[in-house]
Amino acid sequence: MRARRTRKAVIHLVLIAGAFVASMPFLWMITTSLKPAGALYQQPLLIPVHFHWRNYVEAWNAAPFPRFFLNSAIMAVGITLCQTLFSGMAGYAFARLKFPGRNTLFLVVLGTMMVPFPVTLIPSYIIVANLGWLDTYQALIVPRAASAFAIFLFRQFFLTIPREFEDAARIDSAGRLTIFWRIALPLSTPVIAASAVFSFLFAWNDFLWPLVVTTSPRMQPIQVGLAMFQGQYGTFWTLLMAATVLTIVPAILVFLLAQRRFIEGLTAGGLKG
Amino acid sequence: MAELPAALLLLLPALLVLAVFNIYPALQSLNLSFFDWNGISPTKEAVGLENYRAIFRSPEFWNSLRVTVFYSAGMTACALVIGLLAAVLLNQPIQGIALYRVLFFLPVITPTVAAGVVWRYLFDPSQGVVNRSLALIGVDGPSWLTDPSWALFAVIIVAVWKRVGFNLVIYLAALQGIPRTYYEAAELDGANTWQTLRYVTIPLLAPATFFLTVTSLIDAFQVFDLVYVMTSGGPLGSTDVFGHLLYRYGFRYHELGYASAIAYVMFVLIFVVTLIQFRLTRGGSHEG
Repeated sequence: MRARRTRKAVIHLVLIAGAFVASMPFLWMITTSLKPAGALYQQPLLIPVHFHWRNYVEAWNAAPFPRFFLNSAIMAVGITLCQTLFSGMAGYAFARLKFPGRNTLFLVVLGTMMVPFPVTLIPSYIIVANLGWLDTYQALIVPRAASAFAIFLFRQFFLTIPREFEDAARIDSAGRLTIFWRIALPLSTPVIAASAVFSFLFAWNDFLWPLVVTTSPRMQPIQVGLAMFQGQYGTFWTLLMAATVLTIVPAILVFLLAQRRFIEGLTAGGLKG
Repeated sequence: MAELPAALLLLLPALLVLAVFNIYPALQSLNLSFFDWNGISPTKEAVGLENYRAIFRSPEFWNSLRVTVFYSAGMTACALVIGLLAAVLLNQPIQGIALYRVLFFLPVITPTVAAGVVWRYLFDPSQGVVNRSLALIGVDGPSWLTDPSWALFAVIIVAVWKRVGFNLVIYLAALQGIPRTYYEAAELDGANTWQTLRYVTIPLLAPATFFLTVTSLIDAFQVFDLVYVMTSGGPLGSTDVFGHLLYRYGFRYHELGYASAIAYVMFVLIFVVTLIQFRLTRGGSHEG
């Protein structure tokens, strides 16, 4: 009994050390963001004892953060809606409809996941520039309006729905599109949730593409804005950490709200894929 | 056949986007790599393989290759070992698993730019937590991000911090799929903890390890955000990974042909690494 208890204590000790390393940067960031500039280098470093909320107001006003947030929100919601709807539609067609070349086409879609993003970066940039889309919301949203991974998730899910659900509707002579919209899509809420969380976090955290297609703060999303802010306020750590907290909070909130779906989606993609 | 119109309608938006912004650019990138073009001039000059020759002659490329391989291998190996260890510990009947899992996973969903900004502060030579902690045990920490021999290590540390949670979640799911009978058999044979890990757990986790190694290497070969925010490829090119080299040539020097050739070299390297992995592990099946 004692051996087992010691064993558990050791396991907890190692895990607590690991969890501490994982979360220490967050503690340090929050603590710093709440310090008056004069107390920056004073102990304690990881537990907030000062609550200098003015840093947040100052950071918010030091750069066009409201605009960055608005841009990120529009981009993230746009990408999430498009990816989820279009992937649901395509996934349904691949799972349920019969048409020539279906399997080849599906392999091509999966094949696009093999292409590293930097390989497509320059030609995609040229297309967007030729369309006159530089520094617009279209440039931020349209090129990422579809996701091969989400199509795959939806297809795998639709394959598991018993055909009887749809047959009943077909007797009522409902068309394929009606069946998709009225029956298949409402049944797929778990996949919609997983896919939407992936899309949102991807879009909120994305950096390289927005960096090259936006040229003014009017269109820059928050990650690009934060990188620019860092360029100007390199060592104003209290303001910089306050701004960083603001960019992280939405990502963490969405993750905590949808944690279970998110992890299920990850392991499904990773192991059964 | 009657379903063709419906199928076309359902597939159209997704396929259009993938065709225009994924498949076409992947081919066009190869095409561009045979030209000399600044992106503005109306004519492109065909130069055959000259861009590739220039790449292989350039010390910058070989430096970037060395940096990228070191980063990718280092980050992948460290995050795999730590992720596996944490997953094995979390797979024990202990309390607080859900909380540990969330704490380990927070870095994964943290935006890379934000993570880079915070860690730049952690690595501050005199005031950062890292060097202050080292000072407590009497070690004089280096100026991480401005010292060419330490900057890449600093970037790798952050990449590992951000990756472990993902490996942990995948490993934990795989561990929970291993039937108890394997462990009972090992116990009957008198295997100790280490032997059980070495001869039962690790071999049975091969498919997960394969998946994690491949995805991690593929991600790592393309790294950009972290390097851009933490070091901008410096100091002295010591963190000038492929992604950053490509960005410099494409978007700072506007040599689109040369940058496209870099992209294709990167593409081929990623492909070859994936193939080798696949061969070595036979796709991660442990029966084979």
